[in-house]
Amino acid sequence: MTADHPRPPPRRRLLALGRNELKGLFWQVLVVGIAVGVIAFLWSNTVTNLSARRITTGFAFLGREAGMPIADSLLAYNPRDTYFWAFVVGIANTLRVAVIGIVLATILGTLIGISRLSANWLLSRLAAVYVETLRDIPLLLQLLFWYVLMQALPAARAAWRPVEGVFLSNRGLILPAIPFGPPQLAVLGAAVLGCAVFYLIRRWLVAQQMRDGKPRPAWPFALGLMVVVPVAVSLALGVSWTIEWPQLRGFNFVGGLTLAPEYFALLIALVTYTSAFIAEIVRSGIQSVPRGQWDAANALGLRRSFMLRQIILPQALRVIVPPMTSQYLNLTKNSSLAVAIGYQDVVSVANTTLNQTGQAIEAIALIMAVFLTISLSISFFMNWYNARIALVER
Amino acid sequence: MTAITDIPDAPRAARRPQTGNPVLRWLRKNLFSSIPNGILTVVLLALLAKGIFSFVQWGIANAVWLTPANDSSACRAVRGVGACWAIVPEKYRFILFGTYPFDEQWRPALSVVLFIALYYLSTRRALWRRELVYLWIGALALISVLMWGGVFGLSFVSQDRWGGLPVTLILATFGLAFGFPLGILVALGRRSKLPAIRSLSVLYVELIRGVPLVSLLFMASVMFPLFMPAGFNIDKLLRAQIAIILFAGAYLAEVVRGGLQAVPRGQYEAADALGLSYWRKHRLIVLPQAIRHVIPPLVNTFIAFFKDTSLVLIIGIFDLLTTAKTAIIDPAWQQFSVEVYIFVAAIYFVFCFAMSRYSRSLEAPTTPK
Repeated sequence: MTADHPRPPPRRRLLALGRNELKGLFWQVLVVGIAVGVIAFLWSNTVTNLSARRITTGFAFLGREAGMPIADSLLAYNPRDTYFWAFVVGIANTLRVAVIGIVLATILGTLIGISRLSANWLLSRLAAVYVETLRDIPLLLQLLFWYVLMQALPAARAAWRPVEGVFLSNRGLILPAIPFGPPQLAVLGAAVLGCAVFYLIRRWLVAQQMRDGKPRPAWPFALGLMVVVPVAVSLALGVSWTIEWPQLRGFNFVGGLTLAPEYFALLIALVTYTSAFIAEIVRSGIQSVPRGQWDAANALGLRRSFMLRQIILPQALRVIVPPMTSQYLNLTKNSSLAVAIGYQDVVSVANTTLNQTGQAIEAIALIMAVFLTISLSISFFMNWYNARIALVER
Repeated sequence: MTAITDIPDAPRAARRPQTGNPVLRWLRKNLFSSIPNGILTVVLLALLAKGIFSFVQWGIANAVWLTPANDSSACRAVRGVGACWAIVPEKYRFILFGTYPFDEQWRPALSVVLFIALYYLSTRRALWRRELVYLWIGALALISVLMWGGVFGLSFVSQDRWGGLPVTLILATFGLAFGFPLGILVALGRRSKLPAIRSLSVLYVELIRGVPLVSLLFMASVMFPLFMPAGFNIDKLLRAQIAIILFAGAYLAEVVRGGLQAVPRGQYEAADALGLSYWRKHRLIVLPQAIRHVIPPLVNTFIAFFKDTSLVLIIGIFDLLTTAKTAIIDPAWQQFSVEVYIFVAAIYFVFCFAMSRYSRSLEAPTTPK
């Protein structure tokens, strides 16, 4: 063994960098140089081309009159509004289909995922066929298919009535609705507030149980805060909850809630397609719970519902939530296929804007900004939820 | 809610006598294990029977299979009660090959066969060697020659006239062939120690994955001419192909990155200890292991793109879905779009189902028990 040699004094190198650092620096300079060069080349071309076409860059066009029709919108809109407002309406339309689509796809996907694990052979085979078929056909094709079916429905006069008050015709799906105004909103607000307070109380109750082991019933609080309080508010304000039934007058329907054929087709296509993927995620999540957990829960003599809720589901969710996030993001991005059937979501509005004004860069930048914001919000929420349900190891 | 199979209340079931007819035993175990289960089975059977009955009536019993050329009167007679499959023999040449010159359509047909052969050979484990790369290059070159022509006495066909299934396969296959190397480079970049390269890779992946493919395609079709010097323009199909390659690169990069993370640290260190350079280390030691880890997710990503190529419909490129949609513009056949969509869906289904079966067979344990 050699004793501790004093190290030879380091040789002075260029910039005191080692060979590897120099190589790294060289590669970085090269790659960044190429990237900057390409972007500069494209940028200078773009500037030249835009000035040749007399298009001024910038977002000033957002203040101009849009002049594009948007048939089906949640917010009030007419073609004389500005491009800015048209974009807002488009974003609202995207969110309307994405949020409702995510909720429905989650419910349907979970049901089908559980069906695939059913002890009933027929049910599990049917669920498997559903998943395989929908996953292996392009979404756009399914969307066009649903849209064609919508258009082939009978006219308003001969509309189908699956249930009293519900009409299905080539005008879309017409549902009975409750007219919504500030008083109804107040009741809804009371209910939401009740839920929030109940959540806090329940957390406190669970913390108490953790301390002394005595279970405390939470349902009286649930009943009081989420049912009694809103009902009391409703009675106190004298809010009317009369249901408005749609009626056929002439060639169209009056009253009720109308889901336009474009919206309805898009919603069905997104929900059925995404639910097939969610079903697989739910199935693999439940299957990932080790068998010993079922055995142990059975051995403790727990009730079935309690076992599923308290033992199996919390463990399955850990596997389910991360891939579910990317399905939600996919559904949101896929809602941009709306442009193929003429439902005016934000991509479709941007496309029309682009054709009318030639402001290509701005329109695409707006699309990117909107989708990046939505994606980041969904990821943020799901990461928060994931962290909440993650395994806390001691 | 129904029972879940994996719940072990099996001990009780096991005590039941295992005698009697095996068919009856199977029925009892899988369809009538309890009263609610039995009711569910009966209800499902009734619904299934009703569904199958009405489909058979519409799709087979009342359907029109053949009509004289360009005459849809027989179909219109059964409209609403029977399917008009006659539209498929009437239009299949257009749906499959678009506006490719009619007498030359053996060339795209042969290209499709070559594509399928290429996919089949790529799934053989025994062929996963360097030669496979040459095979891909050779096959893609041969397909280009067949499609374009202009040499060996084949007449030249401009890509404006290409359409249908070959275009779908071209977009997907070339997307993979170029997107995959790009994805590997970006995945390596994302794990690189060099900050500038790492942040460029992250920026690229997150930007592309953050926006819908539709907006990338719009960008390719509308903004690309703005980016290029005046007078320089490339074909619409090529522009869409570039967008799909960039899109594929970002998604494949994430899959490959997963594989790189699964390679044990010791492998990197051993390669370093052997004095291998960065590229040789990755080419010889790391990437072969990383990619083997992620073959099933790679196949799944490929299925996703294969379906996503149909989005080029939105920018008006004649892929399989666009030709199908165009075929039913013909007023005589306009009302029979459902039949055409079912036909095209079946083609997509065959390709995707085969790939997903293959991916599942890879995931199954390969070691003998």
